[in-house]
Amino acid sequence: MRYYKLILYLIFFSFVFLLGIPHLYGDATIRAFDTPNDDGSSITVKWNYTGTGDTFELFRKTVSDTNWQKLKTLPLSKHSYVDDNTVRGVQYQYGIRIKTDTILSEMVISKPVSAKAQFFDTGKTLILVLILGYFAILIYFIGAAKKGKSLFIRKIAGLDALDEAVGRATEMGKPILFIPGISSMSDIATIAAVNILGPVAKKVAEYGTDLLVPNKDPIVASVTQEVVKESYLEAGRPDLFNPNKIWFVTDSQFAYAAAVQGIMVRERPATILLLGYFYAESLLLAETGNSTGAIQIAGTDAVDQLPFFITSCDYTIMGEELYAAGAYLSKEPTLLSSIKAQDYGKIAIFATLLLGLILGLLKSNWLINILTVR
Amino acid sequence: MKRRLPLIIVMLTGIGMIIQYFIPHPVSKAIYKQSIDWVIIISAFYLVLGVGGIFIINYQKIKRRKEGWWLSIITLSALIITALIGIFGGIDNKSVFMDIFMYIQLPMQAAMFSLLAFYIASAAFRSFRARTPEATVLLITATIVMLGRVPIGSLIYRGLPGITEWILSTVSLAAQRGILLGVGLGSIATSMKIILGIERSYLGGGE
Repeated sequence: MRYYKLILYLIFFSFVFLLGIPHLYGDATIRAFDTPNDDGSSITVKWNYTGTGDTFELFRKTVSDTNWQKLKTLPLSKHSYVDDNTVRGVQYQYGIRIKTDTILSEMVISKPVSAKAQFFDTGKTLILVLILGYFAILIYFIGAAKKGKSLFIRKIAGLDALDEAVGRATEMGKPILFIPGISSMSDIATIAAVNILGPVAKKVAEYGTDLLVPNKDPIVASVTQEVVKESYLEAGRPDLFNPNKIWFVTDSQFAYAAAVQGIMVRERPATILLLGYFYAESLLLAETGNSTGAIQIAGTDAVDQLPFFITSCDYTIMGEELYAAGAYLSKEPTLLSSIKAQDYGKIAIFATLLLGLILGLLKSNWLINILTVR
Repeated sequence: MKRRLPLIIVMLTGIGMIIQYFIPHPVSKAIYKQSIDWVIIISAFYLVLGVGGIFIINYQKIKRRKEGWWLSIITLSALIITALIGIFGGIDNKSVFMDIFMYIQLPMQAAMFSLLAFYIASAAFRSFRARTPEATVLLITATIVMLGRVPIGSLIYRGLPGITEWILSTVSLAAQRGILLGVGLGSIATSMKIILGIERSYLGGGE
């Protein structure tokens, strides 16, 4: 009778035990591999599990180590983990266990793996191809321009008005105020503004007009000073160059806006050029300039500020036109060729958008998959 | 050589930075970080030069008794006093330096920023006058968007916030993206021109 009870207890507890164990055996696999396209600081762990349980417990150890170190408790919905706390070259093993309230399953262990640094980010291949393609178009047009091929460039009213604006200031005997935005020299818009400043300063020097360039960034101040100086030299009027008229004001946004507004009201410039990157101060400057009666030409690639400039300025150079301005004003064929390359780039983008639209309507993700940068 | 050397430096640095973007290796990241550190150090030196420039310009203004010379006295006094307080009194949260920042500079900046509301009103008044068909479209669109953004808009017509959202997320965004695509291409072209040494205006002069 005793044995009978013992056997019954054994059967009962075995049954309970078997029910309690998550269905792990045969259902779980784990794979650890070096995270692709990284600097060799992480390992990705992926696992498959189809049974029941509450949570996953992820463990890690180095191959030479004997003790497992618990890394993380993860919900059952998770099937991957990126371990970014690894030492490059060291071999690690990862193990996973499924946990319920009472029972922890046996550990499924991955093969040893080590993190390696990559020399090329394959996720950026598409970007590289597009840059090279665009580069090829650019080189082609530069070559064509050098061979003397005439390139048609559409008129940009804001840039054509620059001559008129400088002439007006000369006639009125009032200065020209040039504001190269409030961004740093690393901003392309600032570089574009400086590219416009060169030809403008040359013209100003030829006419003998005053040019004021207040700057928000000390590096930009130094560059603009140098550009204006060179332009005056080129125009043959180095005697007119006054370094004190191209100066650093402050690096505080609204203090700069207040200072420039003050200059506008006190000096009453005949022409105001607002070119570069602007933030919230754009309207403060443009409206004050408008109230002084100055002819205003603005240009920015800051999309949010464009409506303000369009409202308050006589001419607005929009987005890419700002980058084209240097080339447009210089009339240099090799520089003009880049505008042509830009136009072809836009045609390519438009064609891609159109293709994407058609494929989207046909419910195809082919183009999206190709163009997705991973 | 005066012009060639900067061009060579620009070309090498530019190409180096493009290559760096595609290499995730730690050496590449270290070079990038080092370059950023250099920029920060150079900026600090330029700031000193900039402040020096402020001193010279304002000093000359005072010396020559130019119009508004007394404003230069205020500028230089504020600069010197604030700098001395910061150097000798420290710049922690309870310092006088921070008090100057919190109770003088910040309110003044906020006042400047708040002026924007009035400038927007005056600019809007000018642009919304329905003189041309385009300005009329602008006026109607602006009225819808403005009303759709405030509670009274949905009281006038329940669908107004939805129409506003559609204008902003479809019509306006489409135009913005068009400009942004051009900006992207333009910035690549400008970068290429600078890296290849075709664009040299930023160095001052032409040749």
